[in-house]
Parts: sequence; structure tokens; C-alpha cells
Amino acid sequence: MQPRNMIALLLLALLAVLPLLTQAFDQRYLLSVGTRIVIWSIAAVSLNMILGYGGLVSFGHAAFFGIGGYAVGILSAEGIQNGWLQWPVALAASMLWAALVGALSLRTRGVYFIMITLAFAQLVYYLASGLEGYGGDDGLNISRSRFAGLLDLRDKATFYWLCFALLCGTLWFCGRLANSRFGTVLRGARANELRMTALGFPVFRYRLVACVIAGAFGGLAGILIANEGAYVSPAMMSWVKSGDLIVIVVLGGIGALFGPLYGAIVFFALEETLKPFLDLLHKGWGEYWQIVFGPLLVLIALHARGGMASLLRRRDG
Amino acid sequence: MVEPLLSTDRLVKHFGGLLATDDVSIDVRPGEIHALIGPNGAGKTTLVGQLTGLLAPDSGTIRFAGRDITRLPTHARVRLGLGRSFQITSVLREFSALDNVALAVQAHQGHSFRFLADVRRDRALRTAAQGGLDAVGLGARAAMPAAALSHGEQRQLEIAMALAGEPKLLLLDEPTAGMGVEESQRMVETLRGLKRSCGMLLIEHDMDAVFALADRITVLVYGRVLFCGTPDEIRRHPEVRQAYLGEDGA
Repeated sequence: MQPRNMIALLLLALLAVLPLLTQAFDQRYLLSVGTRIVIWSIAAVSLNMILGYGGLVSFGHAAFFGIGGYAVGILSAEGIQNGWLQWPVALAASMLWAALVGALSLRTRGVYFIMITLAFAQLVYYLASGLEGYGGDDGLNISRSRFAGLLDLRDKATFYWLCFALLCGTLWFCGRLANSRFGTVLRGARANELRMTALGFPVFRYRLVACVIAGAFGGLAGILIANEGAYVSPAMMSWVKSGDLIVIVVLGGIGALFGPLYGAIVFFALEETLKPFLDLLHKGWGEYWQIVFGPLLVLIALHARGGMASLLRRRDG
Repeated sequence: MVEPLLSTDRLVKHFGGLLATDDVSIDVRPGEIHALIGPNGAGKTTLVGQLTGLLAPDSGTIRFAGRDITRLPTHARVRLGLGRSFQITSVLREFSALDNVALAVQAHQGHSFRFLADVRRDRALRTAAQGGLDAVGLGARAAMPAAALSHGEQRQLEIAMALAGEPKLLLLDEPTAGMGVEESQRMVETLRGLKRSCGMLLIEHDMDAVFALADRITVLVYGRVLFCGTPDEIRRHPEVRQAYLGEDGA
């Protein structure tokens, strides 16, 4: 076992017992922060699959929050609360969306790819805003998915553990993917697309499949977000959230398996500490926590190209 | 007469007003090394682009291994056995030498939509890749990142990658470009050793390498075939000497 994986495993172990800790110290709010960290980690791992391994900077990843979330929300509003039905539909919708966006955007490169993925995400955003029947701009209160007799998602600890288990599954899958034949092709295409084509790989097809896989995990995160707050709204897929996801991936270390986890922890830990700290200095300043966060990100970009993952690696030698 | 492995029939390609490929018909027979020479701007790279599928010809056809491949995309041509090396070295720089060849082997083994099995533990793949490295004399460099190899070694690595696809024909775009004398000689030796296993279309500026390897030579000038013949015929041809080899000949 490599030492840098030890740190990741320690973090996971800590996350595994988080509900027990928050209960013991009577810090229930921390559990909700933990839940958000875990869900966003899933989404960030998903983004890392195409951004990190594929080198494709998608600036529309929050659309999957929205599609996964709204699929659950709309079904719930229509009286279908069975999770066994809701979740597969939400995942299928996310994958379909990924296939559609991928098929068009993968024909472009660089800045154009970024812009097209952003444009498609904005499309879904405004579509959701226009869904007057489902709350429009205000969003929609929903009841949580039901898994009769098996799980009660209203219980915070149960829900947290479900999210945590799904994160572990996502990390496992992504780790296997990265070193599989498929993952090697994906990384090869990032390194030298022309070369990969000359070797006989239809690069477009591999990237498209990567998008669909990432879409499934992004949609999963959306399902979980909807269930966390029992609420969906267009705000969950604003372009700012897509930006946050990129920030988390960059912060954690692009293309590093546990990078998204590190990134999500640092991102939310900073948000949760900087806000009250700034509010303490001057009431109302907390809202502007990103004024401190921004320069920090610049420092990471300048001095630690591989993000948190490379910092940890350096320490281990 | 043996049916040619690769042949072009009256290939034409314009870039705006520039006629880069002008009615070019050439062929490469199985097991033959056919060299393509010509001054800069003669249209060699454009021709290679059309053969590999990066450029579409305006008219004319390209046949390979008994099939019309004129409209086939690059990756499909590679699958049929049309391998290539690049004029500018093109390897996966951050991958190890072994991983570079392993990917090439992987490409040849059919689709790579396998998501879970670890390639680093795929013994058949690793063994085949190591064999490919050994064949070009890079066996000891397997674990090194491609970026850390010398220029000559990277060119050798390219050949190993092209060979992993068990090509019927190799398109070699200036394989000795930028090499010192010693490295060039090593490359010539490597290519000569491969002659039995596949045909080659060799684009090359280094006349020593061309005359050492080629069975036939085609001279391209301003997009047109000026002459095609054996090395001896080329040496004697007055127009070729004047147009390309210079007054002294070779």
C-alpha cells in the first residue's frame, strides 16, 4: 500500500464513522456538511473521469445535478416515489443527456468544447426555470425516494451512509477504470490524440462512452442532492456550480483518483470556516468568503500543479 | 505481376490555387521498400496525408490490400494494416516506453471497451509489448518515460509502435530526420531487418538511407511524379540529377 493511499484511506475511515462522531459530540450540522462533501465528491470524481483522464474540460457538469435531481423531483411530484423506479429513470436520463451533449461537443476542441458544454448546461437551467408546473424559478419541494422496508432516507445517518457507500463504489469503479484498457486509451488520447488515431483507435467513440459513464455518476450525485434537501431548483445547476466542480477537481489534483475527495473536503471546510470567521471580523463579510478562497486557488495553480494529491505525495517522498 | 499492396490512381489534391498533388499514380508491392523523394514543397506530406486519411483527395482513388480505401477514416485504415510513423516524433511522452507499445498492441487486439481489468497485470499484453521493444533494440529502456528517451530512441519507439499493429505496409515519414550518422545507421539496419515482414513507403531526405534501402524510388516534383525507377535508374536519369540530386549526382 502506497503511503499517499494511506491518507485517503484514513480520510475514508473517518468519513465512515462521521455520523457516530457528530452524534457523540452533538454536532448534527456537521453531518449535513459531511453529506454535502460526500455527494459533491461523487460528482467531482465523475468530472475527473472526463476532465482528469480524458483532458476534456466540461463546463456544464452541474447539468447532471439538475437532470438527476429533476428526474427524481418530477416523478415524485407525479406521485411516483418508489426509488427503484425513480433512480434508474434519473440515471438513464443523465446518460442520455451525456450522450447527446457528448456527440455534439466532442466534435470541437479546447475553448469551443468548454463553451458548448456550458451552453448546453444553461439550456437545461433555463428549461427548469420555465417549468412552471414544477415550481419554475422557485424550485420544487419533494418527498424523498422510498425504498420500502430497506432504507429510510429521512434518517440523516442512514442517508449519509448510503451516500458514503455510493462514494466508495464510485471511487472503486473510477480506480479500476483508470488502469483498464479503456482508461489507458482515454489517457492516451489526452496525451496525444493524433497518435492514438494513427494507432487505430476511434478516439471519438471512446470519449463519448467516457462522457456517458461520467454522466451516470453525475446524475447519481443529482439524485442524492435532491434527496438530501427534499428539494430541487434550477439553482442546483447554475453555471457557478459547474465552476465549483472544476475548482474542486483542480484543487484536489487533476487526474488523481482521490483528488476530488481532497478537493471537496478542502472546498467545504474552507467555506464553513471562512464564513463564520469573516462574519466575526465584520458582520456580513462571510458572504464574501471567496475573496480569500480565490487567491488561495491562484497559489495552488501556481505552486502545486497537481493539487492536494501532489502535495501529499511530496510529503511522503 | 504481383498485385500491388498499395496503389493510388490519378490522385489530385488542391489547396486553393495550389496543386499539391497532381495526377499521382504510385504503387507499393508486398515486401518492397518504395522510396518517395523530392525537394521541399514537392507534395510528399500532402500525399502521405491522403494515404493515411487525414486529408481527402479531390479526385482519384487509393487502393490498399485489394480494397478501395479512399473514403475510409484513419483508424479503419490502420485496422486494415496500414501503419505509419510521423515526420515529427509522435509518442505519448508521459507514458513509459513499454506502455507506448502496449497501447499499440492493445489497438491491434480489437476494441478496448474493457473497463475493469488492470492492464498492468495483463501478462500477454506486457510480453507482446516487451517483444516489440526488444525488436528495435529498446528492451532495456522499457520503464523509462518516452520523454526521457533520446531523439533517436524515440524514433525507434515509433517504429516499435507501428509494428505492434502487424501492419502489411508501413508509411515512414522521414524516419531518420534529425538523427546523427550513427543513429541513422541504426535506423537503416532496423528497417532493413523488417523488410521481410512488411512493405514500406519511405519518405526520406537522407539519400544514403534511400539508396541503402529502396527497391524502387519515385521522384516527386511540384506535386507530379517526375520519374519512378530502381536506384540505378535514378542515378543515371539526367532530369532527376538536375532537379533533385544536384549537378554532381549521388
